[in-house]
Amino acid sequence: MILTRRSLIGIGAAGAGGLLLSGCDRLNANGTFRQGMKSAEGLTMRAQRLVMGDALAREFGPGEMSPDFRVNGNARVEDAAYRAALASGFAGWALRVDGLVQRPLTLGLDALKRLPQRAQITRHDCVEGWSAIGKWQGPQLGPVLAAAGLLPDARYVVFHCADRFGDKPYYESIDLIDAFHPQTILAWAMNDAPLSEAHGAPLRLRVERQLGYKHAKYVMRIELRATLTGLYGGKGGYWEDNGDYAWYAGI
Amino acid sequence: MQSVPGPTPRGGDVVKRHGLMTRLWHWLNAIAVTVMLMSGLMIFNAHPRLYWGHYGANPDPAWLDLSQVNGGIPFPGAVTIPTDYSLADARLWHLAFAWPLAAALCGYLVWALLSGRLRREIVPTPRDLAPRNLRDDIAEHARLRFPTGAAALRYGVLQRLAYSAVLLILLPGMVLTGLAMSPAMDAGWPWLVDLLGGRQSARSVHFLCAAALVGFVAVHLAMVALSGPINGMRAMLSGRYRLPLEAEQAE
Repeated sequence: MILTRRSLIGIGAAGAGGLLLSGCDRLNANGTFRQGMKSAEGLTMRAQRLVMGDALAREFGPGEMSPDFRVNGNARVEDAAYRAALASGFAGWALRVDGLVQRPLTLGLDALKRLPQRAQITRHDCVEGWSAIGKWQGPQLGPVLAAAGLLPDARYVVFHCADRFGDKPYYESIDLIDAFHPQTILAWAMNDAPLSEAHGAPLRLRVERQLGYKHAKYVMRIELRATLTGLYGGKGGYWEDNGDYAWYAGI
Repeated sequence: MQSVPGPTPRGGDVVKRHGLMTRLWHWLNAIAVTVMLMSGLMIFNAHPRLYWGHYGANPDPAWLDLSQVNGGIPFPGAVTIPTDYSLADARLWHLAFAWPLAAALCGYLVWALLSGRLRREIVPTPRDLAPRNLRDDIAEHARLRFPTGAAALRYGVLQRLAYSAVLLILLPGMVLTGLAMSPAMDAGWPWLVDLLGGRQSARSVHFLCAAALVGFVAVHLAMVALSGPINGMRAMLSGRYRLPLEAEQAE
């Protein structure tokens, strides 16, 4: 009697486990269920923005930096024009700011360095779970966008990058709330030296209150858009399009 | 216990054991904790190393390094959501189910506090914690002898300690350490991540709390199985519980 009951429970548990696993995989592939889970992303964004307002990300002291800042994503860019620019120290290179702006801008590295600078020692959090602390310096994004003059329909700031995964170019996007946050900078320097290729030379985005994949490296062009629809996969970033990662990466 | 038939309930009586709130919360947790654990193990697979402090990545010393286990994917598909490696999908599940888990925990904590259930039935009393009582309860558990008759209406000290730890330490700990890993929350509530000693410490404590919860669930299921699984299951489903027969009744 006891044995029967025990074996029944055992069979039941194994069956429930199997059902649970295959059931979860089936739910994972179910569009409606995924959509339901994705609605949590918007809830998370609204709740987090309510909690943090304009608060700054924690800034650290020089003694608290990672001795060795891990490189992630692409460490090398194959594009021929990029390699030529890299070889010349980005002398003739310029960042373009265009799209829904009144005055499209072309900003060389010297022009970016002449703008008022912000330096910050912040923690970089990868979506995988690791963190590294480094020092970043560059002009704030807000004044650059203000200089270009946003048209009324501009809602998203898209960062077009020189690196690719296979045949797909990397890109990222943020909205105007993060774009005008004081710690959102276009960093050309890391740890008091010009950015290395592995860390995104000549320019990378720092958007300190979001995860690492939002911090686009090798930024070549900034485009102001009304919507993310119609751009590559339409989800606002390479990993969003190709891995279904969340566009809002505050957690 | 909500209501008891007759003045002195005895073995064999069917009594009202668990209120509706407790039963709803229990089963919501059974689902949500399972999903959080299995999707969490997949997220851990993305970077199977744990550190102390604010930063920690591959170049830094890890206190737990499972990156050589099972080809770099320490937790196999049998225990993860989804089965096949996907950090993005695991995050989708984890960050969606975190909402009902956290909301229900807050709701239940408030209800248990205001209704007096927390103080009356869950937190151990000084008398419960008396060394003799503790020793007796441990001895009874070791012999797999469980309370019978009217004594089965009240949680023993080991049960109270276990349920208090889960309700007041482990589940709130999971939520708070989870929030402390969010760069946005760290901007909004810097005291939380500082209290935990940094984001990588928060990640380590998150993992340790999860391990403790797994330990609780294993012991909990074993105790249910050993102390009358049908009766226990019925009590948590319908609320009605048949008091186990006392020794003199069984004879």
